[in-house]
Amino acid sequence: MKVFDYVRPASVAEAIAAAAAPGAVYLAGGTNLLDLMKGETLRPDRLVDVTRLPGLDRIEWLGDGGVRIGALVRNAALAHDAAFATAYPAVAEALLSGASAQLRNAATVGGNLLQRTRCAYFHDPASACNKRQPGAGCDARGGENRLHAVLGWSEACIATHPSDFCVPLAALDAVVEIEGPAGRREVALEALHRLPGDTPERGTALAPGELIVALRLPGEAAGFAAHARYLKVRERTSYAFAVVSAAAALRLEGGRIRAARLALGGVAARPWRARAAEESLVGVEAGEAAFRRAAEAALAEARPSGDNAFKIELARRLVRRALALAVAGTPARIPALPASPFPSVAGARHDA
Amino acid sequence: MTPDISLSQVPAHARHGSSIGRPLTRREGVLKVTGVARYAADNHPAGMLYAVLAASRIARGRVTCLDVPAAMAHPGVVAVMTPANRPALALDPDAKLHPFMFRLDLLQSDAVRYANQPIAVVIAETLEAATEGAALLAPRYEALPARVGLDAGESFVPPVVGVGHPAEQLVGDVEAGLASAARRVDATYETPAQYHNAMEPHAVVAAWDGDSLSLDMPSQGMAMAQARLAGLLGIAPENIMIRSPFLGGGFGSKGLIAGPQVLGILAARLVGRPVKLVLRREQMYGPVGHRPPTRQRLRIGAGADGTLTALAHHALITTSTFDDFFEPAADASHTLYASPAIATSHTAVRIDTGTPMFMRAPGEATGSIALESAIDEAALACRMDPLAFRLKNYAEVEPISGKPFSSKALRACYAQGADRFGWAGRPLAPRQMRDAAGMLVGWGMGTATFPALMFQAEARAVIRRNGGGVVEIGAHDMGQGAWTALAQIAADAVGLGIEQLEFRSGTSDLPDGGIAGGSAHTATAGMAIHAAGGEAVARLAELAMDDARSPLFGAGNAGVVARDGRLFRRDDESRSESYADILTRAGLAQVEGRGKSGGDPAAQTAYAMHAHGAVFAEVKVDPDLGQLRVTRLVGAFAAGRIINPRMVRSQYYGGMIWGMAFALHEEAVTDRRSGRMLNANLADYHIPVNADVPEMEALLVEEHDPHVNALGIKGVGEIAITGTGGAVANAVWHATGMRARRFPIRIDDLV
Ligand SMILES: Cc1cc2nc3c(=O)[nH]c(=O)nc-3n(C[C@H](O)[C@H](O)[C@H](O)COP(=O)(O)OP(=O)(O)OC[C@H]3O[C@@H](n4cnc5c(N)ncnc54)[C@H](O)[C@@H]3O)c2cc1C
Ligand code: SF4
Repeated sequence: MKVFDYVRPASVAEAIAAAAAPGAVYLAGGTNLLDLMKGETLRPDRLVDVTRLPGLDRIEWLGDGGVRIGALVRNAALAHDAAFATAYPAVAEALLSGASAQLRNAATVGGNLLQRTRCAYFHDPASACNKRQPGAGCDARGGENRLHAVLGWSEACIATHPSDFCVPLAALDAVVEIEGPAGRREVALEALHRLPGDTPERGTALAPGELIVALRLPGEAAGFAAHARYLKVRERTSYAFAVVSAAAALRLEGGRIRAARLALGGVAARPWRARAAEESLVGVEAGEAAFRRAAEAALAEARPSGDNAFKIELARRLVRRALALAVAGTPARIPALPASPFPSVAGARHDA
Repeated sequence: MTPDISLSQVPAHARHGSSIGRPLTRREGVLKVTGVARYAADNHPAGMLYAVLAASRIARGRVTCLDVPAAMAHPGVVAVMTPANRPALALDPDAKLHPFMFRLDLLQSDAVRYANQPIAVVIAETLEAATEGAALLAPRYEALPARVGLDAGESFVPPVVGVGHPAEQLVGDVEAGLASAARRVDATYETPAQYHNAMEPHAVVAAWDGDSLSLDMPSQGMAMAQARLAGLLGIAPENIMIRSPFLGGGFGSKGLIAGPQVLGILAARLVGRPVKLVLRREQMYGPVGHRPPTRQRLRIGAGADGTLTALAHHALITTSTFDDFFEPAADASHTLYASPAIATSHTAVRIDTGTPMFMRAPGEATGSIALESAIDEAALACRMDPLAFRLKNYAEVEPISGKPFSSKALRACYAQGADRFGWAGRPLAPRQMRDAAGMLVGWGMGTATFPALMFQAEARAVIRRNGGGVVEIGAHDMGQGAWTALAQIAADAVGLGIEQLEFRSGTSDLPDGGIAGGSAHTATAGMAIHAAGGEAVARLAELAMDDARSPLFGAGNAGVVARDGRLFRRDDESRSESYADILTRAGLAQVEGRGKSGGDPAAQTAYAMHAHGAVFAEVKVDPDLGQLRVTRLVGAFAAGRIINPRMVRSQYYGGMIWGMAFALHEEAVTDRRSGRMLNANLADYHIPVNADVPEMEALLVEEHDPHVNALGIKGVGEIAITGTGGAVANAVWHATGMRARRFPIRIDDLV
């Protein structure tokens, strides 16, 4: 392997200083970064290990009923936090539908948000990839692109963001807290990931050296807890990335929808908040007709970027199903197969 | 504390009587679950260096430049092996002296014939330094357009398929049979390239001592590896010591020594120190074989009553540009269904890929999924239940040869499997069943079959005066349980309890245990052990029967039986004598027997020998989202005598899971332009995970076969893949009405 420096800062300030060096990257759980290094997709000069930074592994409840989650909280710890899963069940379900138990134990909140695309051409150093090497071209165009983007893509890049976690976060107005050389700032999760445009190499809104320190969910978002689902279509029953996924959260009043949140995963370079669909749902009666309109609205601008037209129709159906399941109500316990349309196997507490 | 366990430990469930047939657990199980079992790559001889392959990132062309100085300048790098300095070989790696000798890429030139071909080896003090050295080589290439996929070139009729089988076989008049048919099916199915993906990557730890070579290396065929290496290296086979006590799976990819393992050995020669070379996961997608993609056309004719009139099975397959391995996919249609006319044929196309190789049920699995799908379509065309249709066309003799079967309990498999599954009452039409959650439910079935093969092996058995015994054979435990099953056979062969027996295996200095492949290892190695044990017992019997002081004196033609360390008169079990007494009186410390096994040509000429089975599958499919789950699998298999039911069931479960993966998961994706593999890792190359594996049952259907071999053993390692793939695909059709013509079945096919 390439020889690199490994630094283990003791404070956030030290971490930011250490990451200012050229070629430096933050190392959290490593479940994504180390794979990319082994495959020679990324060849950083310095790893700044943030996993031992004090204070970033806490889940804190805020005055407004919201929650602040340290960037180093492990995916499993967050999903299994009972208070969190009660307030934000779709987020917990999304987390538990991702990767495997072992990976979720290692993966951090910050790392999950910043995991890289699964586009095989991005991973293969011998392929042309604008994201990896600006101006090189995009081998996914005209290549194997069944699973690539159908929304928000550009001629330069058709990759998707693979995170499950981010999808309900985008729907629920999560906010990312960032510290960097220029100080502290916040961005909406929805704005954290950038659509490719002409600069797919800039995948996020983070400036070089910026560190995610926490993630916040507003108290208001917990108001959806009674009708919130995450649903994920995948190519095997567990341990697979989403082909398409959807987070749906509703507030109902006497059969009418008072507020709606909807976001799609696996369709674009960012978790795709479907605002037009949300608006179409507000004030109307919850039912198949409304869901159909919402699904049309959510995918109105979708177009295939390759052999992936099927994802558009699949996403429409998934939106309808996710909304129907949200109306039916959040299950008392996260299903044994999280985010699956299959009901739990009798007696199984968790089989994914 | 190091646990004190040896392979000869007394099993917890030891009891007296025959060892064969007992459901013993794996004798090495504790070693494995405690991490004590030493796999090849766990060895670290003193002074060992690490070797890492540099693999080609083009699929066709030439390496024009390797930056050797940059790699050598990296701290810790000791040597870079390239075509320029690779130690000389006694045999051209491209020589093919016999059809079973496959060409290897051993840096014989700068030519690149497939992606991931080894192009250099970097040897260093640490794994990290060797890895970086390989990256620093920064190869440059002169690339030619890659030929990818089944349509990449002109197809031709291969000289033979599989192991020496004719590419085309014919009985009867297929065209006439099709013309006269009241019902016809003409369907084409595609199956993808698949990779063995054994959990343990190919590895070698090589140490030279003069012209002697010591190897820790997983192998499914140590004697063949010795012979191949001896030829390449110009040394005597007996100077090569291979230790292969455990394999983390092989599935055929470790049957023949792989090129990268030879490169590890050459690296050790180059640097004059022991060297370890372990393939990275992605490097296993190229130089160690795979199952090639196929496009299979099935044409079936049947009378209005469902009686087959013709069965034609054509398979187009790929192979490499530089060697000849031809997956015998269409041969799957030779044995199962009685048709007056059968034609099987193959054509092949050469593409820029590593040479395909035997992969668990090579041909049988690939052909089965197409055949079983087409048979299902034919049953539907005749408006018959798929099981009734199969029974209607039950083959009483092997259709392609007309030979009687040595044994065939397939009817019982159908009956027991169907009963257990609850097949009766299945609606004929698709989309008829739903569960409480609204999921479409479908039931499908397939017939399983696999030939009962025998190879050659030798064994040695010793019975000692102290009441113990030793049986030695260079056999191979790939995880299937040879350490246990062969010891069971050995214990019975020498008439000792398994706890009195020392069973030695897994090294090349022992008698040649043959190859662990073709589902024939238990039969082959088992029969050699049986013969060796029999000979040792015969020696003892001679000593006793010729000695007037023995209670067995004069047993003569009535003979004796060996059990629990004693010989008993067959006609009077009250007369017996212990081994210890016989040997003590004869003044001998031990007697020894040697045994050999091999197929019986007379029996093989007279009989068709196959194991059979029937697999029933239930799937549930979300009608809108195309999400699919297999919810039940029941297999019933008849494979002659069962040495260890626990181990055999585990083979069947593994095979059934694999068959399900064939239908739903496994697929190697190659970029159609570059010829590079896009999912050469276990995140993206899907195999089933626990949540995919349904409730499974494997029924062991009793079968007595007097012809396959004296022990009556057929193989169990591969059969369960066959039948299962088709059963799942047919269940998907039954649930959804979607007939899979391309595998794996994907969400796009279902929405
Ligand atoms: C086989 C496999 C299957 C998977 N399946 C799924 C799936 O189904 N669904 C899913 O959503 N995910 C899946 N994942 C991805 C997994 O969720 C991510 O790998 C994981 O969340 C990354 O977290 P980490 O802490 O290990 O990040 P790391 O690998 O340590 O880091 C990832 C990236 O984030 C940066 N980074 C990390 N923390 C910070 C921070 N605080 N501030 C700034 N930058 C930071 C790193 O520099 C790096 O670029 C899978 C991964 C694997 C290997
Ligand atoms: S889709 Fe994006 S990530 Fe993939 S190859 Fe093209 S530019 Fe690179």
